[in-house]
Amino acid sequence: MDEKTRLVDENGIRLDGRKPDELREIEMKVGVLKQADGSAYVKWGKNIALASVYGPRECHPQWQRDSRKAVLRCTYNMAPFSVDDRKRPGPDRRSYEISKVTTEALESVVLVENYPNTAIDVFIEILQADAGTRCVGLTAASIALADAGIPMKDIVAACASGKADGEIILDLFKDEDNKGEADLPIAIVPRTGEIALMQLDGDLTREEFEKAFDMAVAGGLKVNEIQKETLLKEYKKE
Amino acid sequence: MKMEIEEYLKKDYITNLINANKRTDGRAFDEYRNLEVIKGYVNDKAEGSALVKLGETQVLVGVKMDVGEPYPDRPNEGIMATNSELRPGASPNFELGPPRAESIELSRVVDRGIRESGAIKTDELFIEEDKVWVVFIDIHILDHLGNLIDAAGIAAISALLDARMPKYEDGEVIRGEWGGKLPVGRVPIPCTVAKIGNSIISDPSVDEEYAADARLTIATTDKLNAMQKGGSGTFTKDEIMNAVDLAFKNGDNIRKIVE
Repeated sequence: MDEKTRLVDENGIRLDGRKPDELREIEMKVGVLKQADGSAYVKWGKNIALASVYGPRECHPQWQRDSRKAVLRCTYNMAPFSVDDRKRPGPDRRSYEISKVTTEALESVVLVENYPNTAIDVFIEILQADAGTRCVGLTAASIALADAGIPMKDIVAACASGKADGEIILDLFKDEDNKGEADLPIAIVPRTGEIALMQLDGDLTREEFEKAFDMAVAGGLKVNEIQKETLLKEYKKE
Repeated sequence: MKMEIEEYLKKDYITNLINANKRTDGRAFDEYRNLEVIKGYVNDKAEGSALVKLGETQVLVGVKMDVGEPYPDRPNEGIMATNSELRPGASPNFELGPPRAESIELSRVVDRGIRESGAIKTDELFIEEDKVWVVFIDIHILDHLGNLIDAAGIAAISALLDARMPKYEDGEVIRGEWGGKLPVGRVPIPCTVAKIGNSIISDPSVDEEYAADARLTIATTDKLNAMQKGGSGTFTKDEIMNAVDLAFKNGDNIRKIVE
């Protein structure tokens, strides 16, 4: 892509043909792994994420145990082959941070009080990355928890919005993320509309932020519809 | 985070107090503790430094510079890196060892505000082909009495404003001698709120942090440059927009002290 390529053309159409508030194509499945208590696969544009859930199970190491609730532990990991330039395997500072905010977002809905002294482990594997992987991973983790039968107040859904070429747009893909002016990943608790995860980097006025925020919340609600359809398809009794 | 009995009791006490519209130290909900910024606190070796006292919280940031290779996709721009150390002397809850999620998050949120606002004019840090200045921002937490992100963010930008360019001659950095100032443009200020019960309070103390369900940090210049929600609670849109307004208001006041 040369320097002059516009990310959004004069008709408001993006490089991949989407409108400003249009999501990429999303496909979800649950129960895709045999060993895990719950699992999910999410293909979101060119992103591919797998999530597996174990637990509630015995909590090791022991010092992490909490006699009042289950310890929820999410681990976000990117495969070395998931990006253009090979990523060095293993955790880095970015993945530690994403694991932390993902854990906190899911803690807002999981009824951890029901399982004192145990651990609930969520492993998110990003197999292919094309911007927005924390949202894809969290969306997958959410339905994997449901697939594992872990009681939750709601199914958390995530979606990012941002700014490119001065336009507020939904669900940025890689070129937009690299060259864009802002990125705002958000996770919502759909029933209440409250925010369980929010990060921003970029340069936005208050008005632009509010527009981007509303757009990401609307996107999150659409993602949640697909989550619910996916779970109903798997579990609804005829 | 795992909680001890004492912390549960504190949480109860502080939540009740907040619900009665009060804070332990008598501040208004949108009020910051007293802020003191001492630039050049360690100025014989470091290119720039600042000690920030936010109430009783104390954070020292030092800036060091070196010559390094640019990123391949930005060959004409300098580089910045932010690191933080939660020194074990600063809190009974800090331990020796590799950085944990808390400290990684702290440095990444501070980094994001500075990077995204373009505070450091990295295009002026080009030396010659394959050689640019690298700016290291090292955050040293000295005394943790709450709201480390704001204290660290204020100390970081203050240290950058204090920083001088090392002398560079014949391909060598000459230590102990300096040229002009480090080119700094915008001044990002992070402002954090905590949610306790249904109230939003600015600049949480360490006890208020125990009681909080969630926190939200917003770094502003004239625009919004970085945000980070933390904790297992949630925010409504109204609460978020309220926090945005508080961040602009408190950020402006703090910027006057920093500049």
